[in-house]
Amino acid sequence: MEAEAAKLIGAGLAAIGMGTAAIGVGTIFGNFLSGALRNPSAADGQFGRAFIGAALAEGLGIFAFVVALILLFVA
Amino acid sequence: MAASADGGIDPIHQFEISRIGPKISIFGSDISLTNSALFMFVALGVIWLVMLYGTRQRAIVPGRLQAAAEMLYEFMADTVRSTTGKEGLKFLPLVFSLFIFVLVCNLVGLIPGAYTVTSQIIVTFVFAMIVIGTVLVYGIVKHGTHFFGLFVPSGVPGWLLPFITLIEIISFVSRPISLSMRLFANMLAGHIALKVFAGFIVLMLGTGGAVVALSPLPLAMIVALYALELLVACLQAFVFSILTCIYLNDALHPGH
Repeated sequence: MEAEAAKLIGAGLAAIGMGTAAIGVGTIFGNFLSGALRNPSAADGQFGRAFIGAALAEGLGIFAFVVALILLFVA
Repeated sequence: MAASADGGIDPIHQFEISRIGPKISIFGSDISLTNSALFMFVALGVIWLVMLYGTRQRAIVPGRLQAAAEMLYEFMADTVRSTTGKEGLKFLPLVFSLFIFVLVCNLVGLIPGAYTVTSQIIVTFVFAMIVIGTVLVYGIVKHGTHFFGLFVPSGVPGWLLPFITLIEIISFVSRPISLSMRLFANMLAGHIALKVFAGFIVLMLGTGGAVVALSPLPLAMIVALYALELLVACLQAFVFSILTCIYLNDALHPGH
């Protein structure tokens, strides 16, 4: 296999990681929303925590994105 | 729009740092003004004007600009207070400066043709190191060796403790990396996506024939992406500052 083709396949595989991070972020906000609809008065206090969880989950997807970028443009 | 060597659209070109004006070097290191530095000054100028004119009148019934400045300040003060408690408010100047600088840099970068300072990993990494450096210095000065209790959670069975401590140390060390990488990669990804869709328009128009009729589709996509990028710009500034607050909370109240 050509090295360039292997790089592109690798970048595509790394992009799968971003999709799994999307599952994580979706789970967090979905659960936050279902909790918030059950008890709207407590929702405002947990808003920050939902974003922290989303940021941490998103960060791992970002790492996958950076790996893809490195494969495409740097390596 | 920059074309790469093989004739395609190069989405990375926009992040290139180039020198503006004459070359200035002191002691062999190049310190001439770059486009990155220029837009840092622009962001600084915007913040300066908003804050200066916003707080000049100190009216009891605030005008629009004063209300904006007060809202930003109150918002950050609330975030710091709710995550670190009252004693965390002494870090409000640091957190507020980081928040407003990142926010304005992100927003200024969205202006077409402007340079996004926060899309350079070295810039965001310096921000993250300022935060982690503050946490380490303040934590050790204030709590001494007790600060290292951060790495040793209580209520863990003895045989598990070395592993947990190792994991805690690794998670602490990776904090500046993840903090800087999140902001950098979000801005980078957004701007690359905008440029890629802009490239689609040019390519479709260049193809000719029936494809030209479809070229407004990527344009509509750019508008939608731009709205998303506005949200991301504000959200990432908020996420950066709230994570800063959480890390500072470790320095203020170490031990689990």
